[in-house]
Amino acid sequence: MSKRKAKDAPLPVGECISQVQDILRKRLCHQQLPDSPEGVEAQHKHLLELLKRTAVHGESNSVLIVGPRGSGKTMLLKCVLRDLLEEKEVEKNLLQVHLNGLLQTDDRIALQEMTRQLHLENVVGDKVFGSFAENLSFLLEALKKGDRSSSRPVLFVLDEFDLFAHHKNQTLLYNLFDVSQSAQAPVAVVGVTCRLDVLELLEKRVKSRFSHRQIHLLSNPTFSQYLERVQTQLGLQDDFPDKTFAQDWNASVKTLCEDKSVEDALQRHYNSSKNFRSNHMLLMLCLSRVSVAKPAIKPADLLEASKMCLVDAQANMLHGLSILELCLIIAMKHLNDVYDGEPFNLQMVHNEFKKFLQRKSNSMYNFEQPVIMKAFEHLQQLEMIRPVDSSSAKTQREYQLMRLMLDNTQVLEALQKYPQCPTDVKQWAMSAYG
Amino acid sequence: MNGYVSVMRVRVFELMMLLSAGVEETDAQSKPHQYSYPSIFIYGHQSSGKSHVLNVLLKELELPHATVSCVECVSVALLFEQVLLSFFGCHAASLLPRSPSLSDFVRIYRQQSSQSPAKQTRYIVMEKAELLRDSDANLLPALLRLQELVEDNVTVILLSEIVWDRFRPNTGCFEPLLLHFPDYSKGELQHILAQDRNPSYSDEFYSAYINILLGVFYSVCRDLRELRHLAALNFSKFCEPLAEGKVKETDTHKLWRNIEPHLKKAMQTVYLREVSSLQWEQMQQMEEKENGAVRGLSAHTHVELPYYSKFLLIAAYLASFNPARTDKRFFVKHHGKIKKTNFLKKNEKTSNHLLGPKPFPLDRLLAIFYSVVDSRVAPTASIFSQISSLVTLQLLTQVSHGDQIDAPKYKCAVSMDFICGISRTVNFEIIKYLYDFL
Repeated sequence: MSKRKAKDAPLPVGECISQVQDILRKRLCHQQLPDSPEGVEAQHKHLLELLKRTAVHGESNSVLIVGPRGSGKTMLLKCVLRDLLEEKEVEKNLLQVHLNGLLQTDDRIALQEMTRQLHLENVVGDKVFGSFAENLSFLLEALKKGDRSSSRPVLFVLDEFDLFAHHKNQTLLYNLFDVSQSAQAPVAVVGVTCRLDVLELLEKRVKSRFSHRQIHLLSNPTFSQYLERVQTQLGLQDDFPDKTFAQDWNASVKTLCEDKSVEDALQRHYNSSKNFRSNHMLLMLCLSRVSVAKPAIKPADLLEASKMCLVDAQANMLHGLSILELCLIIAMKHLNDVYDGEPFNLQMVHNEFKKFLQRKSNSMYNFEQPVIMKAFEHLQQLEMIRPVDSSSAKTQREYQLMRLMLDNTQVLEALQKYPQCPTDVKQWAMSAYG
Repeated sequence: MNGYVSVMRVRVFELMMLLSAGVEETDAQSKPHQYSYPSIFIYGHQSSGKSHVLNVLLKELELPHATVSCVECVSVALLFEQVLLSFFGCHAASLLPRSPSLSDFVRIYRQQSSQSPAKQTRYIVMEKAELLRDSDANLLPALLRLQELVEDNVTVILLSEIVWDRFRPNTGCFEPLLLHFPDYSKGELQHILAQDRNPSYSDEFYSAYINILLGVFYSVCRDLRELRHLAALNFSKFCEPLAEGKVKETDTHKLWRNIEPHLKKAMQTVYLREVSSLQWEQMQQMEEKENGAVRGLSAHTHVELPYYSKFLLIAAYLASFNPARTDKRFFVKHHGKIKKTNFLKKNEKTSNHLLGPKPFPLDRLLAIFYSVVDSRVAPTASIFSQISSLVTLQLLTQVSHGDQIDAPKYKCAVSMDFICGISRTVNFEIIKYLYDFL
């Protein structure tokens, strides 16, 4: 129905779809900032106040934003910065330094990056000169010279803050917090981390200089809020060029969310994780199915995408094993059952497999030891079995102790799905329960 | 696109939709400027077409991409250089300092991409991504969120055989989009293998051959590359009766009778790389010679050792595979007759040849050695140096680490067949002395 309506629209369907993809992909993949962060208004206000005090009044502050992954910490920070920079005076005045614990892996690199972003005198073009000690004293000197009234405030943003705590002696953190405590140039230190115990990582002297101000982002949306979020994520704004298409699209999204099976699928996702990221992943998979021929998200799309998200990867891999490898895994499973999770080696597995063959007296699976070893090594390469100790050169390959990295249920489930699984193998696998 | 890709239309379609939407419609202008998901993780079995499909796709669609094999990149510097080189030319790669950090890479990437902003999504394809786990701990999490770090329209695609669960760092990371490349079914394998047929024979003839080949090897091997190699190797043998004029092309049963034992032999030799494919071809040409008559790699296990070394090795084998309690019964002259059943402790019911060799101290080795050697041997330096040279030959392994000159412990690391061969040369019946075979 929507297709017919779209034909009446002033823009061709292809153009509309392209626009939709453009907008939604920016939202889902590129973490485009929303107009106002939802659900975290209080935190937003708190952080904005705090940074404003640094930027306008020259107060030194330190704060930690803590929350699990995908809970919108960076989004919150970016929103606050955007709102903060709207003020003319602040925009002119505030200096920003962004560091990331993943990139600046030690203090020397972090210091170089800081001097570069602050455009200090020892920077020529893009290069920084001087040793670590020189850089540090230079930077501290520059910060010390300033005072509350005259110098420009500096905002330090430390992403992956917990990784900075692993640096040697925590020199960088100590100096930053020290500057923020003493009456020198006004600085604000904002740490972003996903570890709740981040304060335990800090040294005592560093911890005592930190203001112990934490902003927690432990969003806990109810299911109805979650559903609403899905709708707003997929919905089109009023500024979409083709109004009728936008209305159609929004209506189709609304009907999608009201569908019973879709609601069940979303409930499953909600139960496994409530964060934005996994939600985005699901919606992205749905969105990639939208094309000119099918200009709306159908419930079937979402169900399929949800199936793709929730699938057991190990089961997928088990599906592609050869019969011999599967037999070896069953033998390992039996060994695990009998010896209560003790590690095993190839000889034992082969022995167990031979017992099965004797019982069956079927020559079909009579393989030589080297062929079995090859299959065994393939399993090790796939990391379905793992050596107990890593001293691989020390013992012979057939006597190396291994552990099975699969669940009993995983094995049995894989067996059910295996294409053209011989019945005797199936019975052998079940025999422990029979 | 060629043969494989047609088999995996579903996968390709899925991937294409993810990479850049709408590319499959040539009439509508493609929209490569749209953002793509920051990282995609593709997993699947060996030779299920992961790299091939991706490479063909990226090339056909003319998307800017850098393909990096993690095996080659022994240091991160090589990785950075390759990525910068293929995106921005050699000028950018030369900007990297010596031993660059991730920070340098991101800085230079940003600088370059601001000079030449992306009109399309750039793709970085990492093959054998499981090796990324062994390198720097920060590398994998940083690559997964590279789009955010460099603020450019870039997507990192990781290819691996191992599932994502084994990759996740313990503090978590940005979760990539998971995509599975399913394995080929038997029919699909047959379809693909039948495509590189010999033009001088008919289609049916070749697919009958493939059918027979799969019948032998399918239960052991599903690796397309391996099967292909085997198919190419053995085809000439399959055609042989035809060339001699004994059978017609349609007489499948006779052809099967001819090739089947041959293929079974191939499984024990070529498949295990016992004989090289060149040797295999030579063996096929020399018809008078039986297949497998050429000794494979593992047949060359015979090692010539000095007399005392042989006995040392025998002693080590006995010490490794016999429990210490039974030494008295085997090696002291006037022991009484004791049945094995009296010996059995509860935990010794499984044989030692199943559990593997046990470590033993040097004293025990020497004691057994003196008892099995007939003549009087002085414990000279040469005896001890022979022990340590057996260790360097990897016939023995030293178990306890470090500098224990005092009481080193060893394990015997040779197989049953090997030690039987050795003891035969010195007329020693080792089976009599093995507890497992009592």
